[in-house]
Amino acid sequence: MMQRTQFIDPGRCIGCQACVAACRECDSHRGRSMIHLDYIDVGRSVASMPTVCMHCEDPIAPCAEVCPADAVLVTADGVVQEAAKERCIGCANCVHACPFGVPKIDFEEKLQYKCNLCYDRTSVGLAPWCATVCPTGAIFYGTLEELLAQRPNAVVSDIVVFGEQEIHTGVAIVAPSGYARDWIPGGLP
Amino acid sequence: MTERHELPIVAPGIDDFAREGAGPAGGWEAPERPQVRLVPTHCCFCGVQCGMFLKVDAHGRVFGVEARDHDINRMRLCPKGVVAYQQVNHPDRLLRPLMRDRRGDPLRPVSWDVALDRIADEIRRIQDAYGRDAFGVIGGASLTNEKAYLIGKFARVALRTRHVDYNGRLCMVSAAAANKKAFGIDRAANPWADLLEAQVILLAGANVGETFPVATQYFWEARDRGARLVVVDPRETPVARTADVHVPIRPGTDAALFNGLLHVIVREGLVDEAFVRDHTTGWEGVRDTVASYPPERVAEICGVDARRVEEVALLWGRAERAMALHARGLEHHVQGVDNCLAVINLVLATGQLGRPGAGYGTITGQGNGQGGREHGQKADMLPGLRDIENPEHRAIVAERWGIDEAELPRAGTSFVEMMEQMRAGQIRGVIGFCNNPLVSLPNLSRIEAAYEALEFHAQADFFLSETAERADVVLPSAVWAEDEGTTTNAEGRVVKHNRAADPPGEARPDWWIMRQIAERLGAGRWFAFESPREIFDDLRDTSRGGIADYAGITYEKIERTGGVFWPCPTPDHPGTPRLFEDLRSAFPDGRFRFHAVEWREPAEPADEDFPLRLTTGRTVAHFLSGNQTRRIGALVEQTPRPWVEVHPSLGFASGDPVRVVTRRGSATYPALVTDTIRPDTVFIPYHWSGRVAANRMTVDALDPVSKIPEFKVCACRVERGDEIDPLSPPPIPPGRMPQPFEAEPAGDARPPTAPQGRGTSER
Repeated sequence: MMQRTQFIDPGRCIGCQACVAACRECDSHRGRSMIHLDYIDVGRSVASMPTVCMHCEDPIAPCAEVCPADAVLVTADGVVQEAAKERCIGCANCVHACPFGVPKIDFEEKLQYKCNLCYDRTSVGLAPWCATVCPTGAIFYGTLEELLAQRPNAVVSDIVVFGEQEIHTGVAIVAPSGYARDWIPGGLP
Repeated sequence: MTERHELPIVAPGIDDFAREGAGPAGGWEAPERPQVRLVPTHCCFCGVQCGMFLKVDAHGRVFGVEARDHDINRMRLCPKGVVAYQQVNHPDRLLRPLMRDRRGDPLRPVSWDVALDRIADEIRRIQDAYGRDAFGVIGGASLTNEKAYLIGKFARVALRTRHVDYNGRLCMVSAAAANKKAFGIDRAANPWADLLEAQVILLAGANVGETFPVATQYFWEARDRGARLVVVDPRETPVARTADVHVPIRPGTDAALFNGLLHVIVREGLVDEAFVRDHTTGWEGVRDTVASYPPERVAEICGVDARRVEEVALLWGRAERAMALHARGLEHHVQGVDNCLAVINLVLATGQLGRPGAGYGTITGQGNGQGGREHGQKADMLPGLRDIENPEHRAIVAERWGIDEAELPRAGTSFVEMMEQMRAGQIRGVIGFCNNPLVSLPNLSRIEAAYEALEFHAQADFFLSETAERADVVLPSAVWAEDEGTTTNAEGRVVKHNRAADPPGEARPDWWIMRQIAERLGAGRWFAFESPREIFDDLRDTSRGGIADYAGITYEKIERTGGVFWPCPTPDHPGTPRLFEDLRSAFPDGRFRFHAVEWREPAEPADEDFPLRLTTGRTVAHFLSGNQTRRIGALVEQTPRPWVEVHPSLGFASGDPVRVVTRRGSATYPALVTDTIRPDTVFIPYHWSGRVAANRMTVDALDPVSKIPEFKVCACRVERGDEIDPLSPPPIPPGRMPQPFEAEPAGDARPPTAPQGRGTSER
């Protein structure tokens, strides 16, 4: 995971969508929200979970690897940037390559948009919008040490496994306390 | 929508942004940073009162929000808080006074002079013909302390009517009455930071995750430190979902549950005998009463497992430090006061008071739910939480106001009772500020008849509410960001809202409106205020020596400290974050009062014809009567319409049209079928108006003490409906076009994905 990064803790999420609203306030894409907020196990639970860009480290940024226009760049700090507007052709390859379904396409503009860890904020020492406003700390921004100082029992993983494929991510996930594995199942058998 | 589905190459869940909610007026364009000014203030919505900055451009236009590291919320905001600023330049804003000469005529713009002269003439005419009490004033608890204080003074000094009350009557009055009976003071006993020290937290009838989202963090942080969380709620709410114990009681059975908890605590010898002996009175009566509430009987009444009752009682009884908090779920009942007293009995019997991590509180709903009830817009109260029927209190306030005590009216009647009097012709004219009874009061057809019967009705608001739409005169007021003033949050902490912009058009703050009317009634000298600061100084002086003593609180002190907890009697007093540290109540003998409480059936128990229990409440994207939030694109997009929440055992599928019928009305909603609600209970959120207003069906039975309506339970039945009832778009001033998202999207009557709204892939 990145040194200073986001930690997603679905156990704390209340599904209020403050993250979705705050994402629209970002100066780099005002009016557009990059966050996916899903209600899971609908009809049996009020559980919910936000999905932000996981900033994949290994394999590095599948969205960038499949980009035919070399529009998706990864900065030295590990942040997978959104597609450069002057290069992006809106082909949606990145959407299909992303294990987490993160990038969005504006079909009119033929441009990709995605979470860039609020680079305008994080590059000057602020937290991303979503982690700033999240009422419950379900999206936390900081270092692992800072997280554990506040939540001593947190179990953290930055490995997501889809079938045979293991992905090491720049953003980490908090598992329920007592969770025994060091990886998170991605959903495939 | 169909176009989106014609793009099969794209996986579901990625959006082309076409359906992103409408943003702020003037679009999403933002000026470059150097031109931006940040104004520190707080949110206008709930009782948490989160700090925030409003972003203002070089032309003085509010165009955005920025996080503020305030003590209360540490930069956090809920979805309503993030978009609150979009009200400021909203195209639906009322910009000029509106008037109609006769009912049925359309509203037309008029000058302030014409509107104010008409109001003053009607007040004089009605009071001359029918007596002073024939004209009523109705306030609201989203008003600042300054405005709430002025409402009471305006009614009693300018109109000299006893009929003044406010919409807090729908909110915290049960807790307020119980606090006064048990503690002699009406305020949450602890700051929320105390939650972090608690070992056990008991949360009853409070859907914190949706109604006070930012307060959730206090509960989660307490759990990070090892606290156990117990949630009492008929629905599995977002905070109940992961709670250590969720007790899903049948609506209307809270008093039985809390008596049962105390029963087990007595049986197990977990009563704090020393505390009870040294600091309380009335224990024997309570002990004898709870003896007849064994867990088996409680389980039967509440519809829960008796083992849950035992488990919660032992958790609470064995904790060194425990806190109990509740909200409307416990309070909106004909035995709302008794329910609160039953919780307080538990707190007192175990001595959980006056320490970090040990305490009790109600979570006030509206932004100024606490302050709004302290300074005299409540029918029976004078500023400083004084009683209007107490001769000493009357004399003090009359002297501070410079009026003859004999001229100060006596106690009036409550909000819902005023509606009865309006229908009966005892109240012939009303002026309302900051309320929307035609959505928010129970049994709406009777409320409509009450307003219909009035000879004259004036209403001040910044959007044309369902209530303002029917008024004879509509006065355009300022939103919170266009005025300054203080509010008192759910902890009893006084914070300050700052002015970020000028009101648009001819809109004016409510205090200016009251001053103009008072002048026309010949009472101008009591209202010669040029600014909220002058009103606050008047409030401070009037509250001096009262229970809610604000005398030592100044604007500067609030800005320096991040909020001051009352009582704060002198300028050098630091305020009082935690009450009862000396284990003394506010009664002269210093003792806390037990009150024995028997559980009673709700006003309308389920029966053969109406076998289910209807309960109403809020959803996270909307606030109260929805007059503000139903106009903000992002919130409408998240939760466009109401639904009925039913258990799968009732045999419906999500999206089915389901007709809900009570003795007072019926409406057809899309079903949201979920395991997270009791099989004998159905839920409807109440933020919408017209045919789908939940309050068409609720019962207007009142608690005999607090006069709070029983919004949280009445008898109903559900049946398969034909067509889902359409939404009524929010009213707009004459000559304006509705926002595209305000009208229901054609053919889209789907329920939300979950009670919190539609997921981002479901829009």
